[in-house]
Amino acid sequence: MSDYRIQGATGEWEVVIGLEVHAQISTQAKLFSGAATAFGAEPNTQVSLVDAAMPGMLPVPNRECIRQAVRTGLAINAQINKWSRFDRKNYFYADLPQGYQISQLYHPIVGEGAIEVQLDDKNPESTKTIGIERIHIEQDAGKLMHDQHPTMSYVDLNRSGVALMEIVSRPDMRSPAEAGAYLAKLRTILRYVGSCDGNMDQGSMRADVNVSVRRPGEPFGTRTETKNVNSVRFVMAVVEQEAKRQVALIEDGGKVVQETRLYDPDRNETRSMRSKEDAHDYRYFPDPDLLPVELDDAFLEECRASLPELPDAKRHRYETVLGLSAYNAGVLTAEVETSRWFEALLAASATQQGKPESEVAKQAANWLTSELFGALNKLGKGLLESPVSPDAGGELLALVGKGTISGSAAKQVLEKMLETGDAPSVIVEREGLTQTSDTGAIEAAVDAVLAANADKVAQYKGGKEALFGFFVGQTMKAMQGKGNPQLVNEVLKAKLG
Amino acid sequence: MSVDTATVARIAALARIKVTDEEIAAMVPELNGILAWVEQLGEVNVEGIAPMTAVIPNQQRLRDDVIGADPLTGGDVREKVLSNAPAGEHGFFGVPKVIE
Amino acid sequence: MPKTASELTDLGVAAIREGVAKGEFTAVEVAGAFNAAVAAAQPALNAFITLTPEKALEAAAAVDADRAAGKPLGKMAGVPIGMKDLFATTGTKTTAASNILGNFVPPYESTVSQKLWDAGAGMLGKLNLDQFAMGSSNETSAFGNVISPWRREGSEAQLAPGGSSGGSSAAVSARIAPAATGTDTGGSIRQPAAFTGISGIKPTYGRCSRWGIVAFASSLDQAGPMARDVRDCAIMLEAMAGFDPKDSTSLDKPVPDWEANLNADLRGKKVGIPREYRMDGMDADVARVWDEGIAWLKDAGAEIVDINLAHTKYALPAYYIIAPAEASSNLARYDGVRYGLRDLPQGAGLQDMYAATRAAGFGPEVKRRIMIGTYVLSAGFYDAYYTQAQKVRTLISRDFMDAFQTVDVILAPTAPTAAFGLGEMVSDPLAMYLNDVFAVPASLAGLPAMSVPAGLDRQGLPLGLQLIGRPFDEQGVLDAGLAIEARAGFTARPAKWW
Repeated sequence: MSDYRIQGATGEWEVVIGLEVHAQISTQAKLFSGAATAFGAEPNTQVSLVDAAMPGMLPVPNRECIRQAVRTGLAINAQINKWSRFDRKNYFYADLPQGYQISQLYHPIVGEGAIEVQLDDKNPESTKTIGIERIHIEQDAGKLMHDQHPTMSYVDLNRSGVALMEIVSRPDMRSPAEAGAYLAKLRTILRYVGSCDGNMDQGSMRADVNVSVRRPGEPFGTRTETKNVNSVRFVMAVVEQEAKRQVALIEDGGKVVQETRLYDPDRNETRSMRSKEDAHDYRYFPDPDLLPVELDDAFLEECRASLPELPDAKRHRYETVLGLSAYNAGVLTAEVETSRWFEALLAASATQQGKPESEVAKQAANWLTSELFGALNKLGKGLLESPVSPDAGGELLALVGKGTISGSAAKQVLEKMLETGDAPSVIVEREGLTQTSDTGAIEAAVDAVLAANADKVAQYKGGKEALFGFFVGQTMKAMQGKGNPQLVNEVLKAKLG
Repeated sequence: MSVDTATVARIAALARIKVTDEEIAAMVPELNGILAWVEQLGEVNVEGIAPMTAVIPNQQRLRDDVIGADPLTGGDVREKVLSNAPAGEHGFFGVPKVIE
Repeated sequence: MPKTASELTDLGVAAIREGVAKGEFTAVEVAGAFNAAVAAAQPALNAFITLTPEKALEAAAAVDADRAAGKPLGKMAGVPIGMKDLFATTGTKTTAASNILGNFVPPYESTVSQKLWDAGAGMLGKLNLDQFAMGSSNETSAFGNVISPWRREGSEAQLAPGGSSGGSSAAVSARIAPAATGTDTGGSIRQPAAFTGISGIKPTYGRCSRWGIVAFASSLDQAGPMARDVRDCAIMLEAMAGFDPKDSTSLDKPVPDWEANLNADLRGKKVGIPREYRMDGMDADVARVWDEGIAWLKDAGAEIVDINLAHTKYALPAYYIIAPAEASSNLARYDGVRYGLRDLPQGAGLQDMYAATRAAGFGPEVKRRIMIGTYVLSAGFYDAYYTQAQKVRTLISRDFMDAFQTVDVILAPTAPTAAFGLGEMVSDPLAMYLNDVFAVPASLAGLPAMSVPAGLDRQGLPLGLQLIGRPFDEQGVLDAGLAIEARAGFTARPAKWW
């Protein structure tokens, strides 16, 4: 694939992108207090005395936050630091009750790792490895509301103290597509691991996008950081807009200023956030209320053992062990829910057919990606809302596999399943869709068709072989579609000799 | 290292303490006296010495992920949290309007 | 036999507890006597910020009722105490002696105060202190100076009760409270105890929970008891100490039976005398009392060993980087948003409100330390100041650990002088800081350390001796303190002039 370049007035420019992704760690309670983390609660109801930074309140870390960060680190093949500690990042803002954010600067819990992204889902060769510099754990801030009162902003601390992982990439990306693919892949991994629900629209995952431009081959330019971008599409848009803006600025004789920017999706542009631009001197130092976090081998082993099969490994297995196409393997592993659904379907189908999964996998994959996805798409539903369960889908596939119904009947059965939620066997029974494999009945039907069409039989025998399809159609019609197509074919061939 | 009025003004701004020029002028020699005195630490050979991380050897304990396991550090205490608020309204803390 | 009010207020913790338990007097009588003594002394001494006589009576009545019902009584049953106004107390104003918390009423109780109430103690009131515990003379309080009950012979000059636990030391030495809580960051229990002729112990860092205590410097702050004698300190420390899962730095260790195990027989023990503490120009009375202390411990059976604590002179400068650095961050929460003072000038934005609030709310010494702390942590200076100080701290701690290979406990003066006069030091912050020169090293190393009264100087003012022990060995410190107490025969008390 060709390199992404910005065509400026003075020539080509290359864009350099790094992402800092804030991912809310999936836990019941906050990082340092026992207040709940659920989304959408009444203001300040999920705030403990600790989160409100009352005098004398102290932090005690939540083990699950540490555990999920370590599992995430293992999932990206990163170095896990058995000795880490929390630092304070000092600044004043109304959403930051302590006057400092507890974070990890000097000794983060996870060191270097990497993620492989595929840039074109039709082309398994279009991969690129994006380096990850570190993952650290930190507190989220509260929320300010500016539109509730004419002269005041309102502070809600429900999010204050919720655990975040900050996942810092290397400046390894060179196009909007790479940035998008990286964020999407990271989200997939987090959801597989279960360390973050990845709900970008609820703010559980958001990215700070660092963008700079340079002439190809030259050193890095000055970067800007666009904060809190909350979708893959917006990240790609930010990269594109910001790169164009910087190129235009430089070509006009200006200079890129290292600054914090905001993305406005309505106008599809970034703008400077001057209000937060006052002297950044965060005075990081180790939080004296906390001790170094020391992880033992047993803890790490549990983290490792509890990891599920990860998307890359699963995809590889789908291709090599189950024999799926690269495309299907990609589609079925892109979301953890899809792969779970597929594996349940596969298990049900294989069990009911009494065959190994590898023998029925293609059938299941094709049915899921074309039949069920298509049908759900028409209904405007996602897989998780499917009225058809994996077990029911497996039963349907088994009916086809055992020859009880034909492939075309299966389509009708699926429609009825989606409509009524009834089991496939019930529908087949009720609708009389069982196909006939009774050779005597098929032979009788074939004989009748041949007798009624003696002229065409003569033409066929005279060399017009295309008429074979006509005989099949007539026979199936005579049998009201229930003849086993394979047997119908065989009998016709024998009789037409 | 010593501080001048500009540095003291910058530090006061960083610490969010409003100071008058007179206060700054008074602080300069005071802080310089203290800083000159603490700088004797530079004499100490600390080669190979790790900065202290825990004054008494002790390991960070980790909490179980349970909501409100100890009510004293759990949520659902909005009234307590807001009970001392200079401007608490409709369940929020009020602050002068922030323009972002 | 019934006792008069002044007989009751002469009693310490152990005696009150015993008298109440035996029915010699009721807890309510004791609380009433101390409440009256507090009220009478308050205008002159200003030892309290808030008086809570009803709390003292309520707790006492509960103890009397428990006793009548034959229920077991707690370690502090019937003992009314003063609570340093740094401990959050539910429903009772907790100010840290600062205007910025001038109206703050906590909806929660600190772990240590709760433990004391659970042990049967009652609260006479919230004691004055240096603002945010920053000071050595109690002159930085926003609620006025505490006046020491002590006076120099033939003088009516007002003296400092020490700091930051100056309200605590004044109240206990004036016998308007049998005991009080203190907190010690760089000597704030020991120095005021020494200045007022009482005992006080700072336990090993982590023994007492810091949860609910207004923070000054997190890696140094420790609560401890201040009382008339070593036994009372042991009793009260047992009630205050203990593991608290809400404090990450709390020690997960059982609380020993310090009182039951008190033993002034020091045969087989070695006492270290640190050379470096004998500084040039040392006050002659302080040197004399130290020598007497050495003789007393020998007499108690201990072997005296000269030791080196090579980095002693660097302790104070290291402390004055580390403590202000931590404080500058710990005090960032006082911003006028969620509690406490808010100063919102006309038309001010959020950041202006912070600056105005903090300018109006913090006193000069607090501002000075926030400024130092902010500076030493700021970009470009962090390693030169903070990291260097933490390395020196490692060396100071290592000096102690090396010494404890040989000795069991260390004996040194608590402070370089007796109490100084109010106003004598305030103009020179550095001179004030130097008053903590002997107290700070043990704080930096997190070691248990106690001051016991040892004698009077030539002006009739008390002098204290300090005992420093191994981590977790409060018993060794208390035992050596008891040996000194038994031999010093310190019975001096301030003449009642208020």
